[in-house]
Amino acid sequence: MKTKSNIERLLEKGEFVVTSECGPPRGADAEAVRKKGSLLKDLVDGVNVTDNQTSVVRMSSLASSVILKEMGFDPIWQMVCRDRNRIAIQSDLLGAAALGINNVLCLSGDHQSFGDNPKAKNVYDIDSIQLIQTVKMLRDEGRFLSGEEVKGAPALFIGAAENPFADPFEIRAIRLGKKVKAGADFIQTQCIYNVEKFAKWMDMVRERGLHGQVAILAGVTPLKSAGMAKYMKKNVPGMDVPDSLIERLGAVPKENQAEEGIKICVEMIQQLRNIEGVRGVHIMAIEWEEKVAEIVKAAGLSPRPKA
Amino acid sequence: MIVGNRKPLEEILEMVRPYKKILLLGCRECITVCAAGGEKEVGVLASELKLHRAKNGEEIEIREHTLERQCDYEYVDQIQPFVDDYEVIVSMACGAGIQYTAERYPKKLVLPAINTTFLGVTLEQGLWSERCQGCGDCILHLTGGICPVARCAKSLFNGPCGGSSNGVCEVDKDTPCAWQLIIDRLKELGQMENYEKIIEVKDWSSARDGGPRTRIREDMRLT
Repeated sequence: MKTKSNIERLLEKGEFVVTSECGPPRGADAEAVRKKGSLLKDLVDGVNVTDNQTSVVRMSSLASSVILKEMGFDPIWQMVCRDRNRIAIQSDLLGAAALGINNVLCLSGDHQSFGDNPKAKNVYDIDSIQLIQTVKMLRDEGRFLSGEEVKGAPALFIGAAENPFADPFEIRAIRLGKKVKAGADFIQTQCIYNVEKFAKWMDMVRERGLHGQVAILAGVTPLKSAGMAKYMKKNVPGMDVPDSLIERLGAVPKENQAEEGIKICVEMIQQLRNIEGVRGVHIMAIEWEEKVAEIVKAAGLSPRPKA
Repeated sequence: MIVGNRKPLEEILEMVRPYKKILLLGCRECITVCAAGGEKEVGVLASELKLHRAKNGEEIEIREHTLERQCDYEYVDQIQPFVDDYEVIVSMACGAGIQYTAERYPKKLVLPAINTTFLGVTLEQGLWSERCQGCGDCILHLTGGICPVARCAKSLFNGPCGGSSNGVCEVDKDTPCAWQLIIDRLKELGQMENYEKIIEVKDWSSARDGGPRTRIREDMRLT
């Protein structure tokens, strides 16, 4: 074991891992974090804490991670390259490890033009792959990017994201390979609606032997309505929502569409679980965390192994 | 070339409000080519300013003058004989030219009429596009001749990010994804092995981050 991460421990034991997400609040209220966290209690092996997602200012991901850690979670602290240079990044990595954070998810971050501060300057001193390299260098070589020695290396389990549906499709497995080479221990994917295309990506991943080198957690997000499905298909870049799904949701009365969305999500988890190389599922029920319990139970993933 | 946009008339009017005698100074280099601050644009701005003042019954005297370059002392010094006849210089050069004019005439107020935007190319008549950010350490040999620093909205060295969709950047539907362009070109060149390699953390000290830059060619210097 490289770290004290709960998901690392479970992956090593060959368990099918379940993670979910907890977006920090737009204010300084710690209770808001705890309230959201309580909806996920005992349901997941790790909880992602987003870093100013969609470039909207929120409570810091590290502070929120610590609050969730105090509740007994093993947070997967997300860090984006948009807002910090290599000095702040390395400093935060040390600080997080000192506060007992065991997992870091390395991301580029959404462009600031999507958020509430489109006039901001972005940083991008390093990119997400270089961030993975940085964490690995600190952890495994005990050296900073400057080459100098780290006194007390941060034991962080290194995660990265990959979107199997972004373009160009043919390089998506190659790019995953770069993340593995850089030092990623686990991957959480963008939410999957097109299982067939995801399976094709996994074929490419296995052809390169990457499934043996990195734990892939398949991302899912339950759909609340046919309208939401349509919106995501049309407006979210790199999102692949097949028409058949939109039709299936549209075929049931509006008041039952949310229920149907949950059903689809559970079916999808079962399909994804059967794909060789998928080691877990990442359930992103954004502002719908109360449904995670239902999904986890219906998918037969409850109870979670004890820490 | 250096590309710029002329500032909106209202902004220029506000800047020159206290002044009656203006030297309007264009430049024949890049800013002429991108049709923002050459002789023609100097003429247009002069007419607009005069018209506005005339409408309000206010006086104004404008001398229109366009230099070969505003980034070279040899040319900037040419206005020496008449510069003191004017209260203020309104420069239509790029940011470098505006500053150099101010530097050569330290007692004269120099106002900018141009917002300098980027180093770019003419794609077609009336359309310019950014290509370079002058980072001081070119990697175009690794990226199929397409710069990720200047052309990716996140300046990613190991892109594309998850927001690349149908060859388009998530930030703007009219902007091509730089990494899609890089991959297409690498494929065409038979250099996809370049894509498999991780581009390491960049040394930004050669860029603006290292502080203002100068270039010296000792063999050319006279002193």
